Amino acid sequence: MTNRALSPRSEPLPFERVVELYGPALLRFCATQAGSDRAEDVFQETMLSALRAYDGVREPASVRAWLYSIAARKAIDAHRDRARAPQPIADPEPAAVAADVGFFDAGIWAHVRDLPDKQRQAVTLRFLADLSHGEIAEVMQTSEAAARRNVFEGLNRLRAHVEP
Amino acid sequence: MTNRDHHENATALEKSLAGVPTATPATWERVRRSLNDRAEAEGLVDVAFERHDSPLGTILLAATPEGLVRVGLPVEEEDGVLQELASRVSPRVLHAPRDALTATRLQLDEYFNHRRRSFDVPLDWRLAHGFRRDVLRATARIPYGETASYRDVATRAGSPAAVRAAGSALATNPLPILVPCHRVVRTGGALGVYRGGVHAKIQLLELEGAIG
Repeated sequence: MTNRALSPRSEPLPFERVVELYGPALLRFCATQAGSDRAEDVFQETMLSALRAYDGVREPASVRAWLYSIAARKAIDAHRDRARAPQPIADPEPAAVAADVGFFDAGIWAHVRDLPDKQRQAVTLRFLADLSHGEIAEVMQTSEAAARRNVFEGLNRLRAHVEP
Repeated sequence: MTNRDHHENATALEKSLAGVPTATPATWERVRRSLNDRAEAEGLVDVAFERHDSPLGTILLAATPEGLVRVGLPVEEEDGVLQELASRVSPRVLHAPRDALTATRLQLDEYFNHRRRSFDVPLDWRLAHGFRRDVLRATARIPYGETASYRDVATRAGSPAAVRAAGSALATNPLPILVPCHRVVRTGGALGVYRGGVHAKIQLLELEGAIG
């Protein structure tokens, strides 16, 4: 409602613009949540189901959080698949994405991936997608206080890995 | 751990979480193409568009499943055209392949190379209604290389007195070039306005040999 008040004539963004505006960051998000080898699959599934549901009454300002909430759901499924089958069958196509975002498999992001689901999502949405705590709450369907707590607790766990 | 240590660790941590690189442009381009193709194959795209380079500049072509719905001339802002399509047709607008777009691009190339005088692609008229559509349909029948006056097309659309309304129908023609509103000129020989700019109008009329 506040968004409507801010832009009384808000018109639906063409989906093309949605992909251009939010796609690159969303692809990185998928890599951190699902692993670089599954990033593109999760990304494509997210975009296709977003397009399927894109009805035009959606407020342009809330589209980003909505996309992340779809991606977060799809990534959790992929994350669980991954835990069950740590060596996915190699697909030659997504290899380029894997190479581009492969650094997510090492360093701090490898530790992020090992966080519990809620903390992993919250930390990534905060630092990689640059979402506000309010937007994180919207994506994760929690209160804003819970979103803050998830970020805080995730950072606490990660801190152990950057101690000198 | 002291407060100071804690603070320094927080900073180091946030630094290592920030500034992550993104996919390379080549990878992003490939991911985009695959998304566009899959979206089109699954029937999720209501308005597909492509860009086409022509002697006038880059033309934007958009098609619904029924046919070509919009031709954006180079002077028009792409953002504005895509927004118009999202608002008036459907927000499911995506850069995607479609037969009507391929056919139009081929025929435009032939037209600009003097190898085509009329277009044969399905048109979706939904962006023009009522009298405006009647005016545009009358305009579509003006032969290659000829011109008509605003009064002529108003008359052919059934309302000889509605010259001004005919003018505004032509000024908002969603399908310029294919519906040749450039062939409508003022009585007495002045060219009149053109959605794509008067320079483009001159270029098209010269191409067709309608003016010297």
